[in-house]
Amino acid sequence: MASVSKEFKVKWGMVIDVDKCTGCGACMVACQAENNIAPVTDASDKRRSLNWLLVYELSNGKAYPEHEVAYLPRPCQQCGSYPCASVCPVVATDKNEEGGIVSQVPSRCIGCRYCMAACPYHARYFNWFDPVWPSGMDKIITPDVSVRPRGVVEKCSFCHHRFMQAKDRARVAGKDVYDLEDGEYITACTETCPNGAIAFGDLLNEKHRVYHLSRSKYAFRLLERLGTEPQVYYLSKREWVRRQGDNYLQNEPTPVKG
Amino acid sequence: MEEKRNKAAGIGGLISAAVLPFIIGLILALVIGWWAFPLVLFKEVPQPVAFKHSPHSEVMECADCHFLREDGSFSGIPTTAECASCHESAQGESRAEAEYIEKYVNGEQEAPWLVHQKQPDNAFFSHAAHSLESCQQMGCHADYEKAEDLCITCHPSTADLDKPVPYLENRLTGYSNSTMKMWECERCHANPNHLDMTNANNACYTCHK
Ligand code: HEC
Ligand code: HEC
Ligand code: HEC
Ligand code: HEC
Ligand code: HEC
Repeated sequence: MASVSKEFKVKWGMVIDVDKCTGCGACMVACQAENNIAPVTDASDKRRSLNWLLVYELSNGKAYPEHEVAYLPRPCQQCGSYPCASVCPVVATDKNEEGGIVSQVPSRCIGCRYCMAACPYHARYFNWFDPVWPSGMDKIITPDVSVRPRGVVEKCSFCHHRFMQAKDRARVAGKDVYDLEDGEYITACTETCPNGAIAFGDLLNEKHRVYHLSRSKYAFRLLERLGTEPQVYYLSKREWVRRQGDNYLQNEPTPVKG
Repeated sequence: MEEKRNKAAGIGGLISAAVLPFIIGLILALVIGWWAFPLVLFKEVPQPVAFKHSPHSEVMECADCHFLREDGSFSGIPTTAECASCHESAQGESRAEAEYIEKYVNGEQEAPWLVHQKQPDNAFFSHAAHSLESCQQMGCHADYEKAEDLCITCHPSTADLDKPVPYLENRLTGYSNSTMKMWECERCHANPNHLDMTNANNACYTCHK
C-alpha cells in the first residue's frame, strides 16, 4: 500500500452531512443516470448488481424510544493514499491527475479484481453483464461517459467528465482552469440531493464551502485510522454516527477534532 | 586441399540457397504488409456531400463554421440550417451544390458527415484545450499565427483543397485511417515542453473516460 499520500494543488472533495440525509436515494438514481449504469434484469441480486454510489442505513442499535437511524451515502472515497491503484497490475487505475481523482480506465482494465479486494470501502464493482438499455432509454446515455463492457471493474469518478467540461468552460472564458469557482464543478449527486446534504468543491481552496465544512469539529472520515486519507468527509452532530465511521473498542472514547 | 575447397563451395551454395529465398520472402512480406494489406483493409467511403473547402474559405473564416461555444464545447460541423443561410438558393452551377440543395436543404435534414478524426467512445478530446487562444495564453507557439496553423498539426490540411479528403474506413474496426492514435496524442502530451509547462497532462484520466 502506498504509504505516502499524494499531494495536489487542487483536491476535489465531498462533504456529506449525514444529519441532513433522509435516505431518499435520489443521489443514487442521479448517479446511475449520469454515469450510464444500465438497469440489470435482477437488481435484487446484490452480488451481481452495481452502484457507484450506495446509501447505507446505520442504526444506533437501541430499542424503541431511543432508537435512531442515519443514512450514509458512500461514493468512491478518492483516497489520498490509495490501496486500489497500488495493487493494479496494469495501471488501469491511478491517481496522478491534478485534482486528485482516482482514475479508472475501463479499456485498460483486465478484470482481475485485485482493486476490489484492496478497497476497504467496497466502492468498486465488477461488471458482470454487458449493458443493455430498454429501447428508448438508450437516448439518455451521457455522451461524455463511456459505456463499460462486461468483465471490467468500475467505480465512482466524481463525475470526472463534469470536471473536464468545467475546465473547458473556464478555458473559453479565459480563466484559470485550476482556480474554478465554488459550484462550477459539482457531481450529479451533489446537484440532485433535494436536502442539500452533499457539498462538493476544492478542499484546499478557502473560497470553497467544503474547505470549511471538512475542518468542522463534527467532520469525520470512514476508517480514518487505516491512513487512506479519503477525500470524502462526513458530518454529524450525533456521536454514535461518528463512532460508526471507524472500529472503536467499546470503552474507547471517540476522538475529538481540533 | 581439394576437399576443403569443395566444402567451401558447398557452404557458399548453401548460403545462397538459404538467403535468396529469405530475401525474396522478406520483400514479398513487406509488399504485402505495406501495400496490399492496407489496400484490402481500408475501403474508400464517399462523403454524403461533395463538399469542398476552397470556395468557402475564400468567403468565410474557419470559425464561421468550426467554433467553440461559450460552454466550452466544440461546434464541429455546421448544421444544414447554417449552410442554408447561403444555400437557400444556388450560389453556382455545380452539380454537387444542386444535389446538396435538393436533398438536404429542401429535404430539411442533416447530412451524415463522416469525421476523419472520430475517436472511440473511451477517449475524451477537447478542442478548447487545443485552441489557438489556449496555446497563446501559455505564451508559447508564436509561430502559430492563425487557428488554421494549429488545426493542421492534427488534421489533414483541408482548407485549400478543392476536393474532399478521401475517407478511408478500416473494414475491421469501422474507424477511419486518419483518426489519431494514442501515441500521436502522446507525442505532444508526453513531450517535456508540454508536460510541465502547460496543462497538458499525461494522466490516463485526461484523455480517457
Ligand atoms: C462552410 C462552412 C465551413 C468553413 C468556412 C470551413 N469548414 Fe471545415 N468543414 C466543414 C464541413 C461541412 C466539414 C465536413 C466535411 C469534410 O470533412 O470535408 C468540414 C471538415 C473539416 C475538417 C475535417 C474534420 C474531420 O476530422 O473530419 C477540418 C480539419 C476542417 N474542416 C478545417 C477547416 C479549416 C482550417 C477551415 C478554415 C480555413 C475550415 N475548415 C472552414 C465546413 C466548413
Ligand atoms: C457564406 C455563404 C456560404 C455558406 C454559409 C456555405 N456555402 Fe457552400 N458555397 C458558397 C459559395 C459562394 C460556393 C461556390 C459556388 C460556385 O461558385 O460554384 C459554394 C459551393 C458549395 C458547394 C458546391 C461545391 C462545388 O463542387 O463546386 C457545396 C456542395 C456547398 N457549397 C455546400 C455547403 C455546405 C454543406 C455548407 C454548410 C456546411 C455550406 N455550403 C455553407 C457559399 C456558402
Ligand atoms: C490536438 C489535435 C487537434 C487540433 C489542434 C484540432 N483538432 Fe479537430 N479534432 C481532433 C480530434 C481528436 C477530433 C475527434 C474528436 C472526437 O471524435 O471526439 C477532432 C474533430 C474535429 C471535427 C469534427 C467534429 C465533430 O463534430 O465530430 C472538426 C470539424 C474539427 N476537428 C475541426 C478542427 C479545426 C477547425 C481545428 C483548428 C481550429 C481543429 N480541429 C484543431 C483533434 C484536433
Ligand atoms: C499538438 C500537440 C498536442 C496533441 C497532438 C494533442 N494534445 Fe492534448 N494538449 C496539448 C496541450 C499543449 C494541452 C494543454 C493546453 C492548456 O494548457 O490549456 C493539451 C490539453 C489536453 C486536454 C485537457 C487537459 C486538462 O487537464 O484539462 C485533453 C483532454 C487533451 N489534451 C486530450 C488530447 C487527446 C485525446 C489527444 C489525441 C487525440 C491530444 N490531446 C493530442 C497538446 C496536444
Ligand atoms: C493524451 C491523451 C491520452 C492519454 C494521456 C492516455 N491515452 Fe489511452 N488512448 C488515447 C486515445 C485518443 C485512444 C484511442 C485511439 C487509439 O486506439 O489509439 C487511446 C486508446 C487507449 C487504449 C486502447 C483502447 C482500445 O479500445 O483499443 C488503451 C488500453 C489505453 N488508451 C490506455 C491508456 C492508459 C492505461 C493510459 C495512462 C497510462 C492512457 N491510455 C493515457 C489517448 C490517451
